[in-house]
Amino acid sequence: MKSIYLDNAATTQVDKKVVEAMLPYFSEKYGNASSHHLKGQEAKRVLEESRSIIARSISAKDDEIIFTSSGTESNNFALKGLFFANKDNGKNHIITTKIEHDCVLNSCKWLESQGAKVSYLDVDEKGFVNPTDVENTITPETFLVSIIHGNNEIGTIQDIEAIGRICKEKGVLFHIDACQSYTKTKIHVNKQNLDLVTLNAHKIHGPKGIGALFIRKDIKIIPLFHGGGHEKNLRSGTENIPAIVGFAKAVKLAKERDINYVINLRDKFIQGILEIPNTNLNGLKEKRLCNNINVCFNNIEGEAIGGYLDAYGICSSTGSACSSNSLESSHVLKAIGKTDLQINTSIRLSLSKFNTEEEIDYVLKILNKIVEKLRRISPIK
Amino acid sequence: MKNKFQEYNKEVMEHFLKPKNSGRIENPDVVGRINNDMCGDVMEISLKIKDNKIKDIKFQTMGCAAAIASSDVLCELAKGKTLDEAKKIDREMIIKNNIKLKLIT
Repeated sequence: MKSIYLDNAATTQVDKKVVEAMLPYFSEKYGNASSHHLKGQEAKRVLEESRSIIARSISAKDDEIIFTSSGTESNNFALKGLFFANKDNGKNHIITTKIEHDCVLNSCKWLESQGAKVSYLDVDEKGFVNPTDVENTITPETFLVSIIHGNNEIGTIQDIEAIGRICKEKGVLFHIDACQSYTKTKIHVNKQNLDLVTLNAHKIHGPKGIGALFIRKDIKIIPLFHGGGHEKNLRSGTENIPAIVGFAKAVKLAKERDINYVINLRDKFIQGILEIPNTNLNGLKEKRLCNNINVCFNNIEGEAIGGYLDAYGICSSTGSACSSNSLESSHVLKAIGKTDLQINTSIRLSLSKFNTEEEIDYVLKILNKIVEKLRRISPIK
Repeated sequence: MKNKFQEYNKEVMEHFLKPKNSGRIENPDVVGRINNDMCGDVMEISLKIKDNKIKDIKFQTMGCAAAIASSDVLCELAKGKTLDEAKKIDREMIIKNNIKLKLIT
């Protein structure tokens, strides 16, 4: 069965041009970038070229980009590395939000066991952090504000300019998790006063297993990995050259016109879904990631909708999963004030440049049928 | 954020996608409704009873694939049984007899 992939916030199809760019670095150009011979220097050269492409994409300097294994590692590195670099100066307070990715929330939770104090800011009913709340929460002990730029579940894009200004004024470091927003919305580390930025490749049609962290020059941070001193002594471990080449290629391929194409698809899709009676969009239509849709269907369970879609070869995602062993529901939807019932009836559909208008038309047709059938089965009207 | 439909076997998916006993009986003799506070599922059963036997039974469920499938199996098992026999149907019976669901405790 042909599948229609609408789960691009989970991961994306690797662009064929990315795969092509990567292949020689497995078979012929397999050198270790730390080696002094020809093969090593060949790898070193492409490593630095790739670093430069990624640095330029966010207006950073080349030596401010550190490669890691993933967005999760970059977020762990930013939070833990800064905590251990600051704790002896009497600075132990982190400000973050209730709608972060699990890798930030769980890192913060662990840091609390190590003596950190963490403030988890509320968001409004559309998922936005109020910059004034950030300002009012900063204390003399605060060393870091860490905020998700584009939310992975409901797509809200935070006002990082305003928060960046506040952090700069107050002399507090500002980190954003840009895994979902990278290449989809503008990131300029100087104009937006960003000190650390988490990036990754597999959400932008690059390979899995590669991420990066922008760390502004002269910021003191303690590495998570100790070893041969790779990546300016900040992240030891032989650089994953094929993945780094793929990452850079994916960044080069990301074009403004693709964003506009996806926005058009998204808006058509949202409009079609909202024509189904008794449906609501979670989050705001504006200031939203170009590829994110999150809808509450009311009175029928998201997991059941996902199951029917799956039977038609359509890949979606739900905010809760009572079929898996956890009965936890989405902390993001909870933070925007949704009831457990509303959370259970929500699904996320996330698009990419590889989706087509025909696919959207087809999915809308199927979705109408599914919702009608499940509502017939549901006792709640 | 998980879709784990591959964990369900063919029988579960069949009952989930093509339930034979969904709906509401017209002029039912009894209607029962139960909520699962843990995951938010709601199930409503309507019954037609004659000579102490379940003559017809239908379900309406707001729930996940497993909840809809087990509702359908429950109806299948209860149809034709006396009320006393039907009372003995428990989740182990539903799982063993029909759909081999994994128990979530």
